[in-house]
This record gives sequence, C-alpha cells and structure tokens, in this order.
Amino acid sequence: MKVFLAGNPNVGKSAVFNRLTGLNVIVSNYPGTTVEIARGTMRIAGRRAEVVDLPGTYTLEPTCKAEEVAVHVLAQAQDTDVILNIVDSTNLERNLGLTLQLLKRRSPMVVALNLWDKARHTGVQINDALLQEILGVPCVPVVALTGEGVKTLAEHLARPKVSSYEFEDARRWETVGAILQKVQHLSHRHHSLLERLGDASLRPFTGGLIALLVLGLSLAAVNVIGEGLIQCVIEPIFAKAWTPLMLRLSAHLEGGFLHDLLIGKLDHGNISYGESFGLLTTGLFVPFGVVLPYVFAFYLVLSFLEDSGYLPRLAVLFDRFMHAVGLHGMGAIPMLLGLGCNVPGALAARTLESGKERFICITLMAITVPCMAQIAMIVGLAGRCGVGALTAIFGTLFMVWLLLGLLLKRMIRGESPELLQDIPPYRIPYLRGLAKKVWTRLVSFTLEAVPFVFVGVLLVNLLYTVGLVRVIGRVLSPVIVGLLGLPPEAAAALVVGFLRKDVAVGMLAPLHLSPGQTVVACVVLALSFPCVATCAVMIRELGISGTLKAAAIMLTTSMVVGGLLNLTLRIIL
Amino acid sequence: MNATARMSLAMMPPGQAGTVVAILAGSGLTARLDAVGIRPGVRLVKTSGLPFGGPVTVGVGNVQLALGRGMAAKILLEIEPETRGEQP
Repeated sequence: MKVFLAGNPNVGKSAVFNRLTGLNVIVSNYPGTTVEIARGTMRIAGRRAEVVDLPGTYTLEPTCKAEEVAVHVLAQAQDTDVILNIVDSTNLERNLGLTLQLLKRRSPMVVALNLWDKARHTGVQINDALLQEILGVPCVPVVALTGEGVKTLAEHLARPKVSSYEFEDARRWETVGAILQKVQHLSHRHHSLLERLGDASLRPFTGGLIALLVLGLSLAAVNVIGEGLIQCVIEPIFAKAWTPLMLRLSAHLEGGFLHDLLIGKLDHGNISYGESFGLLTTGLFVPFGVVLPYVFAFYLVLSFLEDSGYLPRLAVLFDRFMHAVGLHGMGAIPMLLGLGCNVPGALAARTLESGKERFICITLMAITVPCMAQIAMIVGLAGRCGVGALTAIFGTLFMVWLLLGLLLKRMIRGESPELLQDIPPYRIPYLRGLAKKVWTRLVSFTLEAVPFVFVGVLLVNLLYTVGLVRVIGRVLSPVIVGLLGLPPEAAAALVVGFLRKDVAVGMLAPLHLSPGQTVVACVVLALSFPCVATCAVMIRELGISGTLKAAAIMLTTSMVVGGLLNLTLRIIL
Repeated sequence: MNATARMSLAMMPPGQAGTVVAILAGSGLTARLDAVGIRPGVRLVKTSGLPFGGPVTVGVGNVQLALGRGMAAKILLEIEPETRGEQP
C-alpha cells in the first residue's frame, strides 16, 4: 500500500511527509522546493505503507517538468493506494480546484487541511465537518510544522474513502465557489506588520533597498560566521589537538610512502595544513577546517531566507534583469542554491518550464557559479593576495555569467516564458525546522563530499608519486604555460578539479603563484569542468548531447577567459 | 470617472482593483492563469509594477501572484473607480 501526497505548490506537502515518515526532506516557504520524489515509510493500522512526496501541482494538466513528474507518478497509483491531498486552509478556493480533480479519480482519499492555525489567525473559518460531508472523504485539520493534528490524520489514513461527489468538469470553479459559500466564513481583519513588509519588499524603490540590505547582510553573515568559526574554533582545535598527534605519528612513521600518504611533506619539520597534502593533514583540513564552516554559514543564511519566504520576492525584483540571460526571476533560485552546491542547483532548474531555460540555467550555473566549497578555498588562497585579487576573481566570474548568458539567450533555440509565480506570505522561520534543515544539509555534505576529498588527495599523491604530474604538465603546457601563464604543475589541479574543486584549489597553494597567476588559476578552475557529482546530474537533466554541448561551451569559455585574463593582468601588473 | 472603464492589468496603476472581463490569450496561457486563480469574473488588486517592463504583482483573494508584463497585458479588467489606493 502506498500513500501519495498531492497538492498545490507550497502548501506544506513535504512538512506533512516529514511528520508522517520521521524523515527530513528539505522544506521551504516557496513553491517548487520539492523537484524530486521523496519516499519514506509509515505504519498505518499496524501495516507498513510507503509514503510518496510529490512536487506540487495546480492541476492534473501539467505546465512544467516538476508538475509532469507529479502527474505521471500519480497516474500510476493503484486502486488500493491512498491519495493524501494536502490543502492550504488559508487559500481553500484555489486548492479545492485540484481536490475536485483528484476526487474524480475515485481513489481512496483523505484531505489534510494544513496551515489550520494560520487560517484561524487570518480570519478564515472553515467548517471541516461540513466539507467532509460534501466531499465524501475525511477532511482533517493539521498544522504540519508543529505536528498538531498529524496523529488524527494518520488514523484517518487507515480508513480513507472513495468519493462519489459529482460535478461538471467545465464548471469546476463554480462548483468550488458553491462549496466555499457553505463551508467557509471570512471575517475582517487588519493587516499585520509582516504583510506590510511583504508589500514593501515588492515595490520598486523600497523593494530594491530591502534587497540590497538583505543580500549585503547575508554576505556579511556568511563571511563573519564562516571566518569566525575557522579562527575561533576550527584552527585552535587543529593547532592544539591535532598537530601534536600528527607530529607524533610522523616521528613514528619515520618517512617513507605511508608517511607521505598520511602526513605528506613537512615544512621545516612542521605540518602545513595547506601544503603538506597528506590524507590526515590536508585531506582532513580542507573539508573540516576550511569548507565546512563556510558551508554551515551559507546554509544557515540560505535556510533562513528560504523559510522566511523572501526568495520569491527576490525573484520578482530580479525578474527583469534575469531576462537578459534568457531566464525569468525564478531562474535566480537555482543559481543561489548553486552557490551552496551545484548539484541541488541543477535539480532546482526543473521548476523552469522550457528546455531552453533549463539548458541555460544549468549550463550557466555549472560554468560560472562556484560552489561554497570552492569559494571557501579561493577565499583562503587568494585572500592572502588581498581584496583586489578576490574582487578580480568574483568580478570576472560575474561578468562571464552575464556575457555568456546574453550569448546563450541568443544561441539556444526555444521559449523563454514569463514569470508566473505565487508569492507566499512571510513566515517567521520555525526554529526547530530550520535547525533540522541545516543539520540535514551538513550531514549530506559531509557524507557526499568528504569521501571525494579523500579520493582527491589520494589521487594528488598518486599523480606526484608516479610522476604523472610532470607528464600532464608537459602535454598541457602550451595551454597552461603558453595561454594561461601558469607553471606546468598547475595542469594537475585542472585534472583533480574534475573530482573536487576544493582540493584542486588547495593544490595551487604549494605552487606559490604570483597574485596575477592566482587570479587566473582560480578563475580557470572555477570555469572549467564541474565536479563529477555535478556532471552526473547534468547528464540526467540535459541528456548526453546537452551535457556535451555544455562541456564544449565550458571549455571554450574557460580558455578564452583565462587567456584574456592572463593577458590583461600582465599588462596591468 | 467612467464606472465601466476597461484596462489591461499591465496598464492599471498599483493600488487599483478591477474585475477580470477577458483573458486575451491562447488556450495554454488561459489554462495556466486559470490554474492559479485568474479567470473572468475574478477580482484582482494590483499591488505593484516593477520598472523597465518588469513583472507586476496582484492580490487574488488570499494569494499574491507575480506575473510577467506580457501576461499582464493580456488580462483585461473592468476597473473599480473608487478603489484607488486601497490595500489588498
């Protein structure tokens, strides 16, 4: 037996899913958070049942890929499966449109009236008993975020009903209107402070100011939290606790292959976490010492923005600008997620309607948007050359994003549809939910990234031991030395970059590059091949031919930009 | 002011309310707008319009929606003259 969670976008399907299954899928306050189907299990009347969380859809006639996924999976539901229709009680009118379509399927069904508390607060009174009587299926008020009513909901899932409600398809909305007349009572209320703020953040002038403030504060918060964690917590731990241990291990191993592998090269008898390149030194320091603090800071800020409901407003404000690169405002959200990690960024592109948009969004992101792991390493490496170097790197990446976007918009055939987007009301983030979400993301980062970092460091050691670094350097030297003005050893970093971008940036540290070379190397590494994980998602989302096309654009871009940057910097510096 | 003045959503000034009289678009867009609650007979309150041909935002019942200027130009409304400056 299966339970399918169906409903409009942003009504809290994933929150209900988490409550029923005890799992932790990502929940946010904007439409289109769920793009993949999540599966979990629960017990219904002592029996094990699979729970399937679907992307949101307004109708059973899909208008984008995420909706297609939802409708397709729903079509496979068996007669014994239950459809759990999640409904936003504050917005019953629009939600019931889908409910009526679902009732017509004549499947066993239960309706969850989510956001029940919010409806009460906003003066919406719903007679749930009468609604249940009219529709002929159980209608259960719930508050998924806090868990209120979820137990009752689970009990009703054991005895769902097949509706026999009749209506004319063409008169669906009139039918909804007639139902609402009977079951819903609206009372007048005043506008809350959050609502006023919600309106202000959409107006041209105040909205622009608020956006500047929010983005500036976010950037500052990520920087302060990330840097603060590194300096006050992580570095002392490594220096006081880990280094003595490693030095003892180093003395015990007395050189040799195992020493090189685990500890790496010592710098005047000392461990240098940036340059030693042993598994237990650099291999641990890169993910935990440099990257994790920034990833934590980024996801803390991002999760807060997601839960508050600010992101769709940002999408509205940036809509006109995003059209320059052939996307509408919501295309900014995959880019923003890509700053954390390109993988969820590429997946989030599913909410875009046309193939052209998805290609542009994923390609632009994979080429020009560095992930937080890479950003943290770049800040660590190029930060030593001063703010100018960092400005040059990120400024160049932004310019490439814009120019490449302008080009792709004209090159790629297809539609660039306009924005049509729900703007959810602001919500004060529910702290326990927020903490859970940040934790989920950190755990998945650690599980997915750390093994790759280890393999990357291992590969670096192998490349050096076998002497492949020199071979690769010689083969690629016309490009690396001639075009980019880098030492031949930097070629190995490009190869490792395919595995993990952060390790690749780390490989530049022992080369002691000049500020100009550092800028060129960081930009080229950021622009060239995305890591394996991103590649895998690209193949899934764009197909082999689409990915090859993206790769060709990527290679051209990184070489042209790298060459030009090298030339420019030589003239300036 | 003329009580039955008609205007597209794109032209209507922010703060103004009106009732949809027609969607001047093909079946695809009409269906999409219908799905999010914009169809003839529905009352809309325009909340803002972004400059340089940017999107407009409207209140539909309890919901706020943002839609592109091109779409907004295809939504024809009958304007309520007395609602100027009203909040959604």
